Amino acid sequence: MECNFKTPIWDFKKYESNIAVRDESGCVLTYRQLDEECRKLADAVGSRCLVVSLCENSIGSLMGYVGFLSHHIVPVMLSSQLEQELLAKLLNIYCPTYLWAPTRYKDVYKSARCAYQAYDYILLKLDYAKEYMLHNDLGLLLTTSGSTGSPKFVRQSYGNILDNARSIAEYLDLNEEERPITTLPMNYTYGLSIINSHLLVGATILITNKALVQKEFWKFFREAGATSFGGVPYTYEMLDKMRFLGMDLPSLLTMTQAGGKLTPELHEKFARYAQENGKRFVVMYGQCEATARMGYLPPEKAVEKKGSMGIAIPGGTFHLVDGEGKGITEPFTTGELVYEGKNVTLGYAECGEDLMKGDERHGILQTGDMAQFDTDGYYYIIGRKKRFLKIYGNRVNLDEVERLIKAKFEMEVASGGVDDHLYLFVTVESMKDAVKRYTAEKTGLNPAAFHAVAIKEIPKNDAGKIQYRELEKYYDR
Amino acid sequence: MTNIEKYKNAFVEALEVNIDFVEGLKYQAIPEWDSVGHMTLVATIEEAFDIMMDTDDIIDFSSYEKGKEILEANYGVQF
Repeated sequence: MECNFKTPIWDFKKYESNIAVRDESGCVLTYRQLDEECRKLADAVGSRCLVVSLCENSIGSLMGYVGFLSHHIVPVMLSSQLEQELLAKLLNIYCPTYLWAPTRYKDVYKSARCAYQAYDYILLKLDYAKEYMLHNDLGLLLTTSGSTGSPKFVRQSYGNILDNARSIAEYLDLNEEERPITTLPMNYTYGLSIINSHLLVGATILITNKALVQKEFWKFFREAGATSFGGVPYTYEMLDKMRFLGMDLPSLLTMTQAGGKLTPELHEKFARYAQENGKRFVVMYGQCEATARMGYLPPEKAVEKKGSMGIAIPGGTFHLVDGEGKGITEPFTTGELVYEGKNVTLGYAECGEDLMKGDERHGILQTGDMAQFDTDGYYYIIGRKKRFLKIYGNRVNLDEVERLIKAKFEMEVASGGVDDHLYLFVTVESMKDAVKRYTAEKTGLNPAAFHAVAIKEIPKNDAGKIQYRELEKYYDR
Repeated sequence: MTNIEKYKNAFVEALEVNIDFVEGLKYQAIPEWDSVGHMTLVATIEEAFDIMMDTDDIIDFSSYEKGKEILEANYGVQF
């Protein structure tokens, strides 16, 4: 197995006087300074080992990530908001050598020795008797679901990360003038891919923990002249409600969207806004299992191909397979989307022993997403393989049901259930009956199959993805 | 219902907090008042007072007290 140690992902020498990162307090690090800080941290760690990195959007968090990755120390990227018990469980499963965390964690892990400290982050030496072997290609570990604390990690290689970052930089035409502002967690594959691809081209990351609904976020945005941001569908729903399209943001050039399918209405709205204001709106498609990105809709097609996630990224290919695994050649035929490319990750890890495993996928990923392509070869995600129910023998796609209701009522909804019982979760009690009636009407199925439940809030992870597992407690049949 | 009652009720409804705790409440002080809760709160207040808030006011609305100030200054709501 080829070892990628000799190929650094980023070339910091090339951009040494550029600013690599700036935070809202005005703290900046050039690429040379970042490189130096990373070396100091790596020296404190000593040698290749596993480090659990508790992420937030701050310089300390970024420096840790960059330092670990460029010095072949393997970070496990988790949220700094992760519930303590879930964190403890994960630590016990993987026995990392160190914990890289915000300084406040000193009080949580009182007995751990502090081996290094910088930019409000500390490196804590943990004392596990065991240390798991790490496969040579293993670069980093990410969770698939964020805040649920699942011990299932995706194993990404150095080659995966470099290849995907290069591809993203190419199709988004990134250069050192870019100043992306953080809107997504660093422990989320999409947020991380923005950092990876921009550090590759010598751009400046504007880093902030502030949210889109906060004045401080927009103050920083304007003062630092942010040129781009990324968002999941909920981000765009929120921006729409905030009447974002009326804001004057001359520095903004690019908005990217991934992490789920935006309603075609919102897709069109943002695409038109971009078109009319000399900006780019880029819908993308990806999964943690493919490092980050697999598809993108070229911005010039954003209006024309609304609802599409586009074409495969440079270096990758898409195809569809039917239920028997045979390739689909007819347009507008639904099949499972299969992706091939160098960014397809090594596989999963579910326990410490798995960290020694090599490549199990060999560049091919069955995405589990159901898709179609049109006559021009643009792909449309129709749903997820496992998100369907059989209602009275009829296959009902839960994502479709949600889109249907969203489009009609313009409100949040989540659906789930078991065969013959489809649950509709809404946040407005008074709309229960109307939603149920409408769904029954649209699907042509008996209303008895539908159960509308009003809940306080649709549970979502840090990245805004609906957490369907948390809705299962409401099933009473 | 007086305006102050309407205002307090919007917090109770949108963030599901006890009416005795709304005064002094700040963004992110409770899990319910995150970015999602914020947008719900704004929508509830807009409906209660039949107004449309500007983007600048939506993002400036960082606490119970700040919101009151904004409604008084920019939307003619008297408390």
